[in-house]
Amino acid sequence: MTNPRGRFGIHGGQYIPETLMNAVIELEKAYDHYKDEPTFNQELTELLNEYAGRPSRLYFADKMSRDLCGAKIYLKREDLNHTGSHKINNVLGQALLAKKMGKTRLIAETGAGQHGVATATAAALLDMKCVVFMGEEDTIRQALNVYRMKLLGADVVSVKSGTATLKDAVSEAMREWTSRIADTHYCLGSVMGPHPFPTIVRDFQAVISKETKAQLLAKEGRLPDAVIACVGGGSNAMGSFYHFIDHKEVMLIGCEAAGRGIDTFETAATVNTGRVGIFHGMKSYFCQDAYGQIAPVYSISAGLDYPGIGPEHAYLHDIGRAQYVPVTDDEAVDAFEYLAKTEGIICAIESAHAVAHAMKIAPTMRKEQIIVITISGRGDKDCAAIARYRGEDIHE
Amino acid sequence: MNKIKEAFRNGKAFIAFITCGDPDLDTTAAAIHAAVENGADLIELGIPFSDPTAEGPVIHGANVRALNGGVTTDQIFTFVKNLRHDISIPLVFTTYANVVFSYGTERFLATCQEIGIDGLILPDLPFEEKEEFLPSCHKYGIGFISLIAPTSQNRIAMIAKEAEGFLYIASSLGTTDAKSEIKASLSSIVQIARQYADIPCAIGCDIATPEQAKDMAAIADGAIVGSAIVSLLEKYGKDAPAYIGDYVKAMKEAM
Repeated sequence: MTNPRGRFGIHGGQYIPETLMNAVIELEKAYDHYKDEPTFNQELTELLNEYAGRPSRLYFADKMSRDLCGAKIYLKREDLNHTGSHKINNVLGQALLAKKMGKTRLIAETGAGQHGVATATAAALLDMKCVVFMGEEDTIRQALNVYRMKLLGADVVSVKSGTATLKDAVSEAMREWTSRIADTHYCLGSVMGPHPFPTIVRDFQAVISKETKAQLLAKEGRLPDAVIACVGGGSNAMGSFYHFIDHKEVMLIGCEAAGRGIDTFETAATVNTGRVGIFHGMKSYFCQDAYGQIAPVYSISAGLDYPGIGPEHAYLHDIGRAQYVPVTDDEAVDAFEYLAKTEGIICAIESAHAVAHAMKIAPTMRKEQIIVITISGRGDKDCAAIARYRGEDIHE
Repeated sequence: MNKIKEAFRNGKAFIAFITCGDPDLDTTAAAIHAAVENGADLIELGIPFSDPTAEGPVIHGANVRALNGGVTTDQIFTFVKNLRHDISIPLVFTTYANVVFSYGTERFLATCQEIGIDGLILPDLPFEEKEEFLPSCHKYGIGFISLIAPTSQNRIAMIAKEAEGFLYIASSLGTTDAKSEIKASLSSIVQIARQYADIPCAIGCDIATPEQAKDMAAIADGAIVGSAIVSLLEKYGKDAPAYIGDYVKAMKEAM
C-alpha cells in the first residue's frame, strides 16, 4: 500500500527539516533490512509472546451482546498486554530495531502516558536510556503514568509550549531528535509523522488484526462484519484494520474524539472537522484555522487529543474504505461506565470511544452479525479523571 | 530570482530574520527600516506558525507573540506591499509548509510576486518534497531557498546542484568548547557546496556577536542572524528598532 517515500494516495511523505533527513533514511534502510530477517523476527515474537503476553484474547462479550439486542460483540483485549495497552507492540519492535542500529537512547512523545510507559518499559528491558516528552496539561491529568515512567527509569520532560498537550510533546520530541540523532532513536508512538514511521508503526501494530482474523475464524468460522477502534493518531485502529483492508465486506470504523461536539471548537475530530494540511512530517487531515495555524484541540482523552490523523487513515477515508465517526466526551464516559458494569472491564477512556459507537450500531444489526471492538488499553489511569468528570473528587 | 543575488554583490551579506507582527506590524516595519539603514543586505520575513517545530525557544516565542497579536498571512501581504514603497533590498519569506499549502500554494506564490517577495524558505520542507512548491515558485519567479545541515553529509551535492537564490547552511554553534570543530565542519560544507553550485552560501547558526559574524563571513558569503535580533524584540518590544539598528551596524562593520 505504501508508495515510494511513504505516500498513501496524496497523504504521507517526509515534510521534515533537512537535519532529520539522514536519520529517517538510516531508519528506513535499517527497517527494510530487519523487517524480513528471521533472527529479528524471532527475537521480536519472543518479546511479544513471553514478555508482553501476546496473543491478546479475543473475548466474546455475551452479556453486552444480549443487552444491546443486536450483533455479537467481540472485544480484542489489548488492555491485557503488559503495560496495559497496544502501545507495547510497536515499542518492542522499534526498541529492538533501534538497538540493532546501535542506538543507546530512546526518546518518545506521549499523550495519555501509555506510549511513554511502554517506551520506558522497553528501555529498561533492553538497557537503553529513555526520555519521554509529555504536555504539562497531560502530566496533570495522567499523573499516575508520569510516576510509572519515572519508576521505570525514564526522564519525563514536561512540555509547556503551545497547548501543553500531545501535539506539543510531538514537536518537542522532534526538536530533541533534530539536535541529537547520532545515539538517539525517536520511538514515535503512532502511525503518523514522516515516512517511514507510519509504515513501521502500522506493521508492528498489524499483529492485532492478524490475531483477530485467526481467532475469529477459529471461533466463528468467518470474518467480522465490522471492526471498530478509536483513532487519535490512529495506531491501534490501523493495527486493527490492516489485515481486513482487502476484505471489502468488513466495515472498518475509526472513532474520533469529538470532545464537546463537532459543532464546537472543543473537539479533536480530525477527519470530521479538519482539512488537508502538512504538519509533523506528513500530509494528512488536520484541525486548523483558515490560515493553516494548527488548532488547539480538545478531548477528555489525552491519548486522542491530537489535531491530526495518520496518513494511511486519511487515505482510507478518501477512498471510502474506512469511515471515521465522531464520539463525544459524554458518550465515551457513558460507554466507559457501561462496559465496567456490563462486562466487568474498565477500559481506557480512549477505547471507550470505540465502545460508544458499537453501542450505537450493534442494536441496528442482525443477531448473526459480528462486531469486533479493539479495547486498546485499560482504564486504571482514567478513573480519577472520570470521577472528576462526574463531580466526584477522589485522591489517588 | 536574480534579485536575491544582489544581496551578495557588495561584499559579505548580512541577513536579518524578523518575525512579522512581533509584537505588532508597526514595530516590524520600524525594525526592518532600522536594519536596512544600518547595512542589512537581505531580510528574512517570518510568517508566524502555531507550531514552529524547527525553531528553538527564542524564535518559537516570537511566533507565539505575533499570533497572539492577531497577525494573519493576508495582513502580512498588505504589510509587505506597503514596505516595498521604500525598501528595495531582497526580501524572502520564511514560514512553514502548512502556511503556504493552506493558503493555496499557487495563490500564495502569485501574491508573493505581486507584492515583491523574492524568495521562500520552508524549514520543514526537505529536498525530497520540494516538488510540492517548486513549480509554483518557478511560475511566479520566487527563488526556493534550500537548506543544508551539518547532518546533510552525502546530501550536500544533490541539494547544492539544484539550489536557487542562496544556500542556507543551518547549524548551531553550541558550546564554546565545540566551536572550532563546528567552524571546521561549516567550512567543509561550504567547500563541498561550492564544488557543485555557483551560488552564494550563507550561514545561520545562532550567530550573536560581531566576532562570530566575522568568523562566519570568513567561511561563507553571508551571515544570517535570527535569534539575536528576535531577542531584542522580546526584551524591548516596541522600543526594539533602535537597538536593532545599532546591533546590525556593529555586526555589518565586523564582517
